Amino acid sequence: MTPRYLGMRLATFVLTILVASTLNFAISRLTPQDPIAALLGRMASRGRTVENGAEILALYRERLGLDDPLPQQYLNYMGNLLRGDLGYSLAFFPIKAEAVILRALPWTIGLLSVATLLAFTVGNLLGALAVWPRVPAGFRWLVYLSMPFSAVPYYLLALILVYLFALNWSVFPLGGAFTPGSVRGFDLATLGDLLHHATLPVLSVVLAVIGFWALSMRGIMATVLGDDYLIYAQARGLRSRRIFSHYAMRNAMLPQVTALAIDFGRLISGQVLVEIIFNYPGVGWVLYNALRAADFFVIQGVTLFMVFAVALATLILDLIYPLLDPRIRY
Amino acid sequence: MTRRLPRFLTPVMTLGLALLALVLVPGLLGQFVADPEQMRLMAGGINAPPGHDHPLGTQNEGRDLLTYILKGMPNTLLIGLVGGGSAVLLGTVLGMLAGYVGGLLDGVVRNTVDIGLTIPPLAILIMIAASFSIVTPLMMGLVIALTSWMHPTRVIRSQVLSLREREFVLLLRLSGASPLHIVFRELMPNLIPFLAATFVNAVATAILASIGLEVLGLGSFQTPTLGNLIYFAIIGNAMWLGLWWWWLPPIVIFIVLFMGLFFVSTALDTLANPRLEQG
Repeated sequence: MTPRYLGMRLATFVLTILVASTLNFAISRLTPQDPIAALLGRMASRGRTVENGAEILALYRERLGLDDPLPQQYLNYMGNLLRGDLGYSLAFFPIKAEAVILRALPWTIGLLSVATLLAFTVGNLLGALAVWPRVPAGFRWLVYLSMPFSAVPYYLLALILVYLFALNWSVFPLGGAFTPGSVRGFDLATLGDLLHHATLPVLSVVLAVIGFWALSMRGIMATVLGDDYLIYAQARGLRSRRIFSHYAMRNAMLPQVTALAIDFGRLISGQVLVEIIFNYPGVGWVLYNALRAADFFVIQGVTLFMVFAVALATLILDLIYPLLDPRIRY
Repeated sequence: MTRRLPRFLTPVMTLGLALLALVLVPGLLGQFVADPEQMRLMAGGINAPPGHDHPLGTQNEGRDLLTYILKGMPNTLLIGLVGGGSAVLLGTVLGMLAGYVGGLLDGVVRNTVDIGLTIPPLAILIMIAASFSIVTPLMMGLVIALTSWMHPTRVIRSQVLSLREREFVLLLRLSGASPLHIVFRELMPNLIPFLAATFVNAVATAILASIGLEVLGLGSFQTPTLGNLIYFAIIGNAMWLGLWWWWLPPIVIFIVLFMGLFFVSTALDTLANPRLEQG
C-alpha cells in the first residue's frame, strides 16, 4: 500500500466527518428559533413538558454561545468536537452527552458485529451453495425463501419476532440486555443470560439482511463457476470441497466485502431502530429517550456517532481490502 | 388464435404488480369510503377487538383503526412518491449531465456523491426532523429526497457513461445535435426501464426512511400515516396488552407493499439488463 493511497483514504475519512458535522451544525442553526427552544417547543406541543425549561434554556444559550457571531459559534462547535466534548445531557444533567453515549456503545457494537458477521457468513454460504453443483435442491429454495425477508424493514420483523417468540411462546425475553437485578460477572451464567437476551434482536437483523447477501452471492458465484481456473482445479483432481472454499469462494467474496462497506450505513440505522423495539440499552435506545426528553446534545452526539462509525468502518474495510485481494496494489 | 401477453409481463412482474395492487387499490380509493366521524376520539369503545362496528377494532383513544389506516395510507404513499420521485428527478438531471458533459461538473458531482453516500441518511434526517417541525407528508417527502438523491445519481451517471460511447451518440454529435438534446431526447428514452427500476427502489427507500423517522417519534402527528400508527401502538403498549389488531395490520400492509416493490424492481432490472437473466 503506497503512502499516497493511505493519505488519500485518510483525507476522505476526515472530509466525510467534517462535512457531516458541518451539516449537523448548519441544520440546527437554520431553525427560525434557537435549536433548544425549537426542540422544547415541539415537545411541549405534544404534551410533554420539560422541567425547569427556562433555566435549561438559559444554560444552553450560554453553552452554545448563541449571542456570538455565527463563524465564532462554528469554531467553538468544531473545537469542542475535536476535544470529544459533546456538551451536557439534559436528561441526566451533570453527566456529559459523550458519557451517556459511551456507556451504551458496547451494547450496540456487540449486537451489530455479531449480527453483521452472522448474516454475512450464512448469507454468502447459502447463496454460493445454491448454484454449486451436486448440492441438494433444498438450498436453492432456502435462497428463494430468504428473499422476501430482505424486502421487509428490520424493525417490522423485530415486532413480529417479539410477538411470536417473547409474548406468545415465551421462549425469549421481551427486551433488555440482561435479567434485571441479576449479578453480572465473567461467568457462564452471565454469558448465557446475555445471549438469551440478544437472540431476538440479532435474529431480526440477520433474517432481514441474509437474503440480500445470499442473492448477490448467488449471482457472483454463477459467473465464477464458468471460469477457467475452476476447470483447471477440477482437472488437477482437487476435492470438490477444497475447490469450493479455496478457489470459488475466495474470489467470489471480494465484491461482497466491498458491498459490506457500502451497506454499513443501512445496518447502523436499522440497528438503532431495532434497539428501540427490544429496549436494548444501546445507542439507539439512548437516541429514542433523548428524542422524547428533548435532550439536544445527546441527539446531536448520536447522529455524529452514526456518521463516525460508518466512516470508520468504510475506512477499515478499504485498508484491509488489498490484503484480501493481492491483485490490488495501491 | 392465442393472444400474447406484453413482453414486460413476466411472472415476477405480475406477482409484484398483484401485490402492489393489493395495497394501492384500497390505499387510494379507501379514503373516499371511510367515514371521518370514525376517526374522532371515542368513536367506539377503548381498545375494542375487531367486531361488527369496527372491522379492525379501535385503539386506546377509541378511534376506529380501519378508518385510520384508510386515511393514513394515501399519506404514506404520497411520502414515498414525492420522496422517491424527487430523488430520482434530481438524480436523473445530475447523473445525466455529469456523465455526459464530464469535466469539472462530473468531478464535483462524483465527489459530492461519494462523500454523501458514506453519511447515513437517518443521521441527517434525525437532525432535520428534530430542528424543524415537519408538518405535511409533502414536506416529509422533500426532506427525505434531500438525503437520498445520491444513489440514483451514481447509478444513472454510470449508465450514461457506458451509453455515450455508442455509435448513435457519435453520429448525433457529428450531425451537430446539442448536448441537452442528446442527453434528454436520445439517451433518456434508452434508459426508461432502468430509470423505472431506480424509481421503484427510491420509493421503497423513501417510505422506509419515513417509517424510521415516524417510529422514532419524529413524524408529523397531525396527519395519519401508517408509520405514526406503529409509533402510537408502541407508545400505547399495544404489543404487551395483546392488542394485535392495532400493531399487526400496518405491518402486514408494509410487508405486502415492500415485497411488491421488490418484485417489480427485480423484474424491471431484468428488462433493463437482459444479460442478467443468463447469469
